[in-house]
Amino acid sequence: MLNINNLHVEVGGTSIIKGLTLCVPAGEVHAIMGPNGAGKSTLSYALTGREGYEVVGGTATLNGDDLLELAPEERAAKGLFLSFQYPLEIPGVPTLTFLRTALNAQRKARGEGEISVPDFMKLSRDVAKKLGVTPDMMKRPLNVGFSGGEKKRMEIYQMALLDPRFMILDETDSGLDIDALKVVSEGVNALRGPDKGMLVITHYQRLLDHIKPDRVHVLAGGRIVDSGGPELALALEADGYDRYKEAA
Amino acid sequence: MPAVKETIETVESLAEYEHGFITDIEMEMAPKGLNTDIVRYISAKKGEPDWMLEWRLAAYQRWLTMQEPSWAMVNYPTIDFQDSYYYAAPKAKVELNSLDDLDPEILETYKKLGIPLREQEVLAGVKGAPRIAVDAVFDSVSVATTFREELAKSGVIFCSMSESIKEYPDLVRQYLGTVVPVSDNFYATLNSAVFSDGTFVYIPPGVRCPMELSTYFRINAADTGQFERTLIIADKGAYVSYLEGCTAPMRDENQLHAAVVELVALDDAEIKYSTVQNWYPGDKNGVGGIYNFVTKRADCRGVRSKVSWTQVETGSAVTWKYPSCILRGDESQGAFYSIAITNGHQQADTGTKMIHLGKNTRSRIVSKGISAGKSNNTYRGLVSAHAKAKGARNFTQCDSLLIGDQCGAHTVPYVEAKTPYATFEHEATTTRLSEDQLFYCRQRGLPTEDAVALLVNGFVREVLQELPMEFAVEAQKLVAISLEGSVG
Ligand SMILES: Nc1ncnc2c1ncn2[C@@H]1O[C@H](COP(=O)(O)OP(=O)(O)O)[C@@H](O)[C@H]1O
Ligand SMILES: [Mg+2]
Repeated sequence: MLNINNLHVEVGGTSIIKGLTLCVPAGEVHAIMGPNGAGKSTLSYALTGREGYEVVGGTATLNGDDLLELAPEERAAKGLFLSFQYPLEIPGVPTLTFLRTALNAQRKARGEGEISVPDFMKLSRDVAKKLGVTPDMMKRPLNVGFSGGEKKRMEIYQMALLDPRFMILDETDSGLDIDALKVVSEGVNALRGPDKGMLVITHYQRLLDHIKPDRVHVLAGGRIVDSGGPELALALEADGYDRYKEAA
Repeated sequence: MPAVKETIETVESLAEYEHGFITDIEMEMAPKGLNTDIVRYISAKKGEPDWMLEWRLAAYQRWLTMQEPSWAMVNYPTIDFQDSYYYAAPKAKVELNSLDDLDPEILETYKKLGIPLREQEVLAGVKGAPRIAVDAVFDSVSVATTFREELAKSGVIFCSMSESIKEYPDLVRQYLGTVVPVSDNFYATLNSAVFSDGTFVYIPPGVRCPMELSTYFRINAADTGQFERTLIIADKGAYVSYLEGCTAPMRDENQLHAAVVELVALDDAEIKYSTVQNWYPGDKNGVGGIYNFVTKRADCRGVRSKVSWTQVETGSAVTWKYPSCILRGDESQGAFYSIAITNGHQQADTGTKMIHLGKNTRSRIVSKGISAGKSNNTYRGLVSAHAKAKGARNFTQCDSLLIGDQCGAHTVPYVEAKTPYATFEHEATTTRLSEDQLFYCRQRGLPTEDAVALLVNGFVREVLQELPMEFAVEAQKLVAISLEGSVG
């Protein structure tokens, strides 16, 4: 599914990702943990094609498609979704208008027809119910005046509605209280499937209690410095990242 | 006519300005230039009464003594007022009795522009769709006015200005020039001397106009100025919603458009005036395009009268326009909702004046300026309260959005209060279209142009909501088209 090989990324001329290799097979959820500033968000932006995150070496493919060749919206149409660590506010654009426009743009890029308004309304309501998104939130301009937690919930709402094939969750747990974390995690788990993949970025174990990863990787100093099963996350929770300082 | 076809195809391939085609028909033109003979010629062509000719001649004498204003933040080469035609009319083959007598080329022009001139075409449309009565002005003359008979049943007068002068001289003499005096400003005075055609509307007391009224202005002939004149009167307790649309062919020379619009609202009357201005803006290098120098003013003459101006300004090379409200009646209300978009080399200096004269008058200004490319966009607004305007209130919201780093946005608010009992609030913001927001939209699958359109539509939503439904959809598309190619 997602194959990253010896990826090098520079931001503003500074090397941040320095030879990262990672493979997430279809059907699996991998977690990436690491200290602040390790380059976790940088990796997510490089994969989704954000300007200023310069890939200077290596490859990244999704289901065989070379991601690095594609514009951000083309990557999205291929089914790549990023739940942002810091979601943006879009003034004047109601959430539902935004999502319907986005969904139809993706469908158009894939050569599919537009979703009908009644179908979209039904879809948006069904998904909203599962994620505890209120009708008021759906009508308001996207993320404008939302709390940190509401914005994260909205990211997962968008994700569920767009139904992507590969999902990157960047610190989705930050800002969510315990109850919200449970609801959001359930929503995320419902999106797992044999032909789907997920990369869950976090620096706390608690999210991984709810979204059980198949593999856990440690990102430090721009590289994957350790990989293991879910138990690795527990060890990190106990010991911290100090022992990777050398490796970095 | 292969030349026409070729022009149409060339223009269609350009796609940026889809109304840029030229209609090839025989025209009757006054000789180039401006002098008293031309003024007499125009008046004679229209078969006007003497009082109208005298009015025009007086305006012309006045104009000769006036200077072109230079305070606006716009630059354009000096206009040679002698190098323009002041009258251009499609040559009528026979007396026009019905649309069937109209030159088919003109009918075709309006069809291409999507303006329904045949009532049955409007009626044949979607069931329950709102019906709109149209006055179509082609260069210097009104070529068709629809739904007149039906409107007449409720007492509404909807006709061309030329006709009104002949048919309703008393009404015209009572109101013409009472809102925008002949000597008001350089362009308004010029207009008073040479105005060609436009629309006249009168809504009798207590009548709610049963349909939207609209005028569709089209400049076609080369080197021709358009000087239309519109007068709308809402008598006591009357209501009318009026729409104005404008387009012009793509031509390399600049063309002058100097209109005057006067609105009069008597006691408890309400006028909603909406404009979607899409004159040809000139090409990528700033060659050609319309100079749009317009004087629009409303007189809220009666108590509790209301006027709102809503404008979507996307076209023209240079725009100089300040639709204003004189809030004369106690408790009268004025509103100005504006979207002004400039791209390429366009320049816009636009805004409003809210003159509070009566007690407890209220006004509201929402201006959304968007600048892209190498364009310049200025909001210029005056809010004033005179000594008797106790309890006057104004709220002004003035937002600018910049796309790219070669454009400019300027806000020039003037405030004058001659009474301590007035409350004026002013909020202004300037933001640059954010790369972060763009990336966020693109990550969700929106191509850059769609993302820009969505973000910009979000920015202007408050104003779009003020437009009648069917116009809002058009305007939304226009906003997107105007900004094509502005990012990336
Ligand atoms: N836009 C930027 N300009 C300069 N440096 C940046 C930028 N974005 C991130 N960095 C730097 O890159 C490093 C990795 O940041 P980031 O990927 O956000 O880390 P993480 O998400 O793991 O906390 C940090 O040292 C950060 O300061
Ligand atoms: Mg981060």
